Amino acid sequence: MNWLIKGARIVDPSQNIDDRMDILIEDGKIVKLGCNLPPARKKGLEIMELAGLVVTPGLVDMHTHLREPGFEYKETIKSGSEAACAGGFTSIACMANTNPVNDTRSVTEFILRKAAETNLVNVYPIAAITMRSEGKSLAEFWDLKEAGAIALSDDGKPVMDSAVMRRALEYAHSLGLPIISHCEDTCLSSGGAMNEGFPSTELGLPGIPAVAEDIMVARDLLLAEYTRSSIHIAHVSTAGSVRLIREAKNRGIKITAETAPHYFTLTDDDLRTYNVNAKVYPPLRGKADVEAIKEGLRDETIDAIASDHAPHALTDKEVEFEYAASGMIGLETSLALGLRLVAADILNLSQLIGKMSANPSRILGIPGGSLKPGTPADVTIIDLQRSWTVSREAIRSLSKNTPFLGWNLIGKAVMTMKGGVVTYNELHN
Amino acid sequence: MILERKDILGIKELSMDEILLILDTADSFIEISTRDIKKVPTLRGKTIINLFYEASTRTRTSFEIAGKRLSADTINISASTSSVVKGETLLDTARNLEAMNPDVIVIRHSAAGAPHMLAGMVKQSIINAGDGAHEHPTQALLDMMTIRAKKGRLENLNIAIVGDIAHSRVARSNIYGLKKMGSQVTVAGPATMIPRDIEQMGVNVHSSLDEAIKGADVIMMLRIQLERQHLNIFPSLREYAQRFCLSKKNISLAKKDVLVMHPGPINRGVEISPDIADGPYSVILDQVTNGVAVRMALLYLLTGGKA
Repeated sequence: MNWLIKGARIVDPSQNIDDRMDILIEDGKIVKLGCNLPPARKKGLEIMELAGLVVTPGLVDMHTHLREPGFEYKETIKSGSEAACAGGFTSIACMANTNPVNDTRSVTEFILRKAAETNLVNVYPIAAITMRSEGKSLAEFWDLKEAGAIALSDDGKPVMDSAVMRRALEYAHSLGLPIISHCEDTCLSSGGAMNEGFPSTELGLPGIPAVAEDIMVARDLLLAEYTRSSIHIAHVSTAGSVRLIREAKNRGIKITAETAPHYFTLTDDDLRTYNVNAKVYPPLRGKADVEAIKEGLRDETIDAIASDHAPHALTDKEVEFEYAASGMIGLETSLALGLRLVAADILNLSQLIGKMSANPSRILGIPGGSLKPGTPADVTIIDLQRSWTVSREAIRSLSKNTPFLGWNLIGKAVMTMKGGVVTYNELHN
Repeated sequence: MILERKDILGIKELSMDEILLILDTADSFIEISTRDIKKVPTLRGKTIINLFYEASTRTRTSFEIAGKRLSADTINISASTSSVVKGETLLDTARNLEAMNPDVIVIRHSAAGAPHMLAGMVKQSIINAGDGAHEHPTQALLDMMTIRAKKGRLENLNIAIVGDIAHSRVARSNIYGLKKMGSQVTVAGPATMIPRDIEQMGVNVHSSLDEAIKGADVIMMLRIQLERQHLNIFPSLREYAQRFCLSKKNISLAKKDVLVMHPGPINRGVEISPDIADGPYSVILDQVTNGVAVRMALLYLLTGGKA
């Protein structure tokens, strides 16, 4: 199918475009952007009049958990892909904490094969840094890269041993594989169920101090500097991390960072009702942290917004708060929560889209995140005015664990296109 | 007056009037326990389940006696003998109990918030008999009942709470209650036992026992749990006792008519020296006696009783 999209506002930070333009898509590729493009002679061309809507590069989520293999009752590559399309994503990178852990070629290949069968989004496997993510011995980075892994992370668990992290950074850097670090000093965080602060004191829940994250961010940026490599910090949640990353960037260290929508939307006060759907690692922090995250996004200290989509079934969640699994789904709410930052004048739309497309693509070194002619037609069409309510019934993800259930949100991806093929469409709802 | 709530989950959400209603009702029940035949028919035909996921002698016995003195049928379930050992979730256990139509479920659990979860899931009244380090409302109520009986009031008193505040549900419930009733609360303990930002609860914080008990009307000593030593919150019992044991040496810093309280069980010589525990200031056994009356009052009020 070939498309001529007319009358929309095109926002493509990779080309510094924010303008009313037409886009011509042929044979799955972007052919041309321009004003008043004439319909080409190609057969099967469909003209889409999209006045009032926004067209962006297909969104890229650099941090999701697809749970397959091993936890198919929480999510599968297929259900996760469907959720991604509905959230406006055309590419997602999935974390290695499956069962078995993605620490060998066969697991990476399995994920890619399953993703190809579904073929709704580009799925980019992130492999483990260490075998079984135990933090001890390095996985076969080169072989994993050959199999299709695009980055390395023991996400969910930190690499506590600094010598292991040092070697991982050196070895991975020589292969051009980014390392994504889950920053948490488990000696400080052990046993914790929520952020340590006044709410944890009142609720009587064991706390996870912000400094447990800060210390590891500091260690990792020092290791990246010493090894002359680079590092990406996952799910930044504290004011301390933002400050350390900002200072490191100013000093020229090659460090990038992401945060997740819940870290700029919710605080530890939202746990007052022992709401297990708001239990997440790193935990929701205090108001000052949320403000620092917003400032970090605004001043480009934080490069990317990633969902940290972490599906958990009711059986993992419907237990005592301390025993409940940590994590929340996010693929279907990330964009709308990000748009709240635009509405609040913290980011402009171009910045937000950059943090959800071009920037994560650049950090991971994967295709996508751009509407440049010649690139695959991965396109997201956004209705900035669409008002919708997060409901259990409408969620595509197999798991419904989100603290945003019942929230009214403004703005939604109304059409998603991967390689010129429509993967999601509620344009006329 | 009636108590217009389904559950008693914590002191935080109770109003001053509700606390007074409960205490007044408890006062009126105290006489029953002194009778030759310690039983009234008030709750005949009512069923009360004590669901205890954590070891307890005092609280469980107190609830059981309270129910029995009101002629309710009381059933005790403890974690070691229930389906918990077979892997049944709290929710499934609760739904099964609910299906047997009890009137009140009393729950103690090591996880904070467990009673709140239960309260949202079952139609029965839930009484929190202690949840993790969160709240222990019946303890605070019996403490307030004891203080009021001895001091004649609950306002304008200086209350010192000493010990492992961080892990204490007794401390939290008493802070909420006594602040609400108009008293000043000071907490004290080694810095490792003081939870973060507790000043925001409106309490004074000290790291010395002497400072904390100076001019106190009431001193509450909390139990030191030996099993917490692995958390490195105190180097040794010996050092803790040297710094924080209430004894003849320091009690003169408090007011002459100070009340000494302890939720039990006491580590004699660690929190309180034996002469103080058994001495004239101690109201520790009054607390236990009043505990039965407070729990009778709650069972009565939650099942629709009028004060």
